[in-house]
Amino acid sequence: MGDTMNDNEITLKIDGKICKAQEGEYILNVARANGIFIPAICYLTRCSPTLACRICLVEADGKRVYSCNTKAKDGMEVTVTNQEILEERRAIMEVYDINHPLQCGVCDQSGSCELQNYTLELGVDSQSYTIADSKRETANWSSVLHYDPALCIVCERCVTICKDMTGDNALSTTPRGGSELNKELKDSMPKDAYAMWNKLQKSLIAPSNDTGNTDCSDCGECIAVCPTGALVSRDFEYTSNAWELKRTPATCAHCSSGCQIYYETKPTSISNRDEKIYRVTNEWNYITLCGAGRFGYDFENSTAVKNQDAFANAIRAFKEAKAIRFNSIITNEEALMLQTLKEKLKIKLINPEARAFQEFLTSYSTSSGKTLWNGNYKEMMKNTDFIISVGSSLRNDNPNVRYVFNNIQKMNKGAGLYFHPIGDSLIANLGKNVACIEHKVNREEAILYWILDQFADKDKLPADIREYLVGLHTKTTKIVSETVMEDVKETVVDETSGESKEVTKKVPKTIQKEIEVDSSTLLEAFEAPADFADTLEKFLGKKESFALVVGEDLYFHPQAANLANLVALIESTTELKVAMIPPKTNSLGVALICELDDDISGYTIGYNETGDFRLSALGDGDLDMPALNQQEGTLTNMHKRVVPTNAALSYDGYELNDIMNVLGFGKRLAIDWTKALPVKKGFKSVEFDVLPNGYTNDGVEHRGYMLEVQKTKTTASSPAKFTINDMSGEIAYRCNPQRQFNEFTAKAHQIFEPFALYVSPTKADDLGQKVALDINGKEFILDVVIDDKMSGEIVKLPDFKHSSEIYAFFGKNRFKPITLRKV
Amino acid sequence: MHEEIIHTENKPKEKQNYVMLDLGKSPEFGLPAFKQVVKRSLNGELFVGLWVTLREMAKTLFMGGKHTTKYPMEKLPISPRYRAIHNMLRLLESGHYRCIGCGLCEKICISNCIAMDTRYDENQRKEVSEYTINFGRCIYCGYCAEVCPELAIVHGGRYETASEQRASFSLFDDMLTPIDMLKQQQEFQGFGSVSPNADAAIKKTPLAY
Repeated sequence: MGDTMNDNEITLKIDGKICKAQEGEYILNVARANGIFIPAICYLTRCSPTLACRICLVEADGKRVYSCNTKAKDGMEVTVTNQEILEERRAIMEVYDINHPLQCGVCDQSGSCELQNYTLELGVDSQSYTIADSKRETANWSSVLHYDPALCIVCERCVTICKDMTGDNALSTTPRGGSELNKELKDSMPKDAYAMWNKLQKSLIAPSNDTGNTDCSDCGECIAVCPTGALVSRDFEYTSNAWELKRTPATCAHCSSGCQIYYETKPTSISNRDEKIYRVTNEWNYITLCGAGRFGYDFENSTAVKNQDAFANAIRAFKEAKAIRFNSIITNEEALMLQTLKEKLKIKLINPEARAFQEFLTSYSTSSGKTLWNGNYKEMMKNTDFIISVGSSLRNDNPNVRYVFNNIQKMNKGAGLYFHPIGDSLIANLGKNVACIEHKVNREEAILYWILDQFADKDKLPADIREYLVGLHTKTTKIVSETVMEDVKETVVDETSGESKEVTKKVPKTIQKEIEVDSSTLLEAFEAPADFADTLEKFLGKKESFALVVGEDLYFHPQAANLANLVALIESTTELKVAMIPPKTNSLGVALICELDDDISGYTIGYNETGDFRLSALGDGDLDMPALNQQEGTLTNMHKRVVPTNAALSYDGYELNDIMNVLGFGKRLAIDWTKALPVKKGFKSVEFDVLPNGYTNDGVEHRGYMLEVQKTKTTASSPAKFTINDMSGEIAYRCNPQRQFNEFTAKAHQIFEPFALYVSPTKADDLGQKVALDINGKEFILDVVIDDKMSGEIVKLPDFKHSSEIYAFFGKNRFKPITLRKV
Repeated sequence: MHEEIIHTENKPKEKQNYVMLDLGKSPEFGLPAFKQVVKRSLNGELFVGLWVTLREMAKTLFMGGKHTTKYPMEKLPISPRYRAIHNMLRLLESGHYRCIGCGLCEKICISNCIAMDTRYDENQRKEVSEYTINFGRCIYCGYCAEVCPELAIVHGGRYETASEQRASFSLFDDMLTPIDMLKQQQEFQGFGSVSPNADAAIKKTPLAY
């Protein structure tokens, strides 16, 4: 696939309009990008065509084709509608309307229903077909999913998104038990409508594991893509009509992916007219949310008032403070305010997760000569066909990178390597060509060296590294026995004629053969499986675009600086596009804007963290602050993009800018700081109000602006040799459960994953129900929760609560030996 | 430069043909004038008109023909198309309220005075947990009744909207037909009711399987 945009440009005509497109694009997407409407129900951009609805029928060069799975060709002439196609489409819509309950009045989807829309669009005002209905019962599939099969039109969008995008693979079609179609219809009705109906009568949707419950991450993306009201959120069901809700475009506050979302609000009830968030929706054709983004929306600080005494105390605290401890769940503007305080009042800034990431980025920059990595997740999703993940528990750390990893397998015929000390059956099953390599703790250096060895252009490597890599290989000879067929000539005498004849026979023979075996110390270091070389050869076949994603394990690592050097070297000497996963929501922004410190001493202000004086958006501090759904501002996400977020809910208390104003450094509004974000770090000097936040029909993201990658000074020094620091005994990994990212998600009522010890099923047998763990001298009694997708002995300890304790406990490593006592 | 506008006199072109009636000459003084007065006064024509008055007076006073409505003790029947305080109707068979909580009245209301809360109830149905109309803002346009797919919200005849509290009318239960009055519930004939030719106007869905 092409690197530059203009390589494969083609021109075609759709309904007489000249459209430019990339080779390999589907007609439907070309039409959409050019503002031409082709009806389509089952197709999802970024996923494979399902061909369930057949309504996207068009005529291309005189042939009837489905625009969702026909690639545009140069010079093609497409007709979107003609009489025959219109009849076909109308028949399809009539069939969809057969036995569909006329309960639009109570249906949650009414008003935003694609079945309603297309029925009207195609002018279906009478019904020509009929069939006996079958009884279909509603079901709850999980804590969030409600399925009403009577409303389901089996477009399979839910199945498609679950397989191709999220990778949970939790849904599939199941037999409906519906009546047989009258075979005479085959001749009398339009043929696509008949084929669609025939399939429709045979299937429904059900959890793919036959238990009636979905085994998934509860991302709710199936709800988002459902064209009808068949799949709805249990919490939202029957609480509001779509048209009553006010949509506020915003940015999800929970992880570094910074997905675009809409908070949908309306008054809480008749007696309480305060706005409440009823649900979160997304542009599901262009962005996929996770469970935290979709269901973790009610984290607002609702009790805040302007408490003047508390405010006066806060001012006093700021004048006295020696340090501010905060986390990365703040806006860029707030980070800049804190940095201003540091400059003006010499207050130290403490933020462990952003600090580690900042140090990693600094080491990376001194080696690579630029501030940020070269990879881009959206590009990866489109083009990459070989992806490597190192140092991140993808399922937990960043759902969107996991979606990228999965989408590469499904859509780009890709392959993937997942290196992590904890095995993950979900990742392992994302595709045929995915290998999970469970290595020992602290072997990431060896892995990165192996990547260099495997992918680097050896001429580009510094001489010492080149030699070092050669030295890591040992060639040994090994004798293997092999069976070959040997031709043996025999003389056979024919009994009847007495003539002798020579016959050639094949006889198996075992021979000894000497072969050369290349054994690499690197492969041994990360315990590559025996057939790793063969697997890799298979994976790498016909691959053209490569990517590496690195995660938080590398930032919190005893050899973090060396790893950063290696990442920089991989980026400059291999074809791999590199991308990093910032640890928390705005860690990248904080790392770029703030000068962070390590040691903490003296009077401390905690902002959503512990401290002598606590500012808190959680409503439990000495002074209230607005949560991220109550304030305007920008966030810097892992796509290297500065994206705006808006206030969905009102906030009645003070904000950080008010404190800044009293201290004499403030601006009129918090968003006036947007323009002041440091240009030297790649930000742009633009007003908040001009930042866009949306997508256009061609899928182009118009949100905020991209950070500019800056050049930095380099100090030429090759990475150090890899070291092995083994850990023995029980090992804990600092990792949050799926859907939990921070105390804000923990506050949301639909997200209930507890603060507990997450372990593999086998480990759970050893540990029992509860364990005691000493954290910094304090005893925590933790429930043992089975995560059935984990494998191995390492346990996961979350940091979404008691985060300062947990960060202090783990220190500069994400893994730590611990002692667990059974309780 | 401008053109001079020449005004012509607005006079009829031909002479009008007025005809004078020959009424004779009325006497002006003396006996002839007195005679004319007596003749006209005592002719009896006066009593023709006066008789009607007397007859109606007698009817009203003695035969119970009084037309005054003793409002507010008495009220006149009102047209079914009149639009006053809303009624919420019940299903005749089950007695359950008809409202399904579709929210169309809330949406269409041009003075934005209808609000409802709905929820997923224990019977897996959409329950209207609260419903209110702000009658301080309602302009009685009748759109809510017209849009209602269930004929659940209709206009009633309660036109007296004076009260100590506006809220006195506005809750769902205040508007709902009392359950003991279910038998007396009238099918609504006014704005938004089903038209007499509704059956003929729709295309029927085939059911021949």
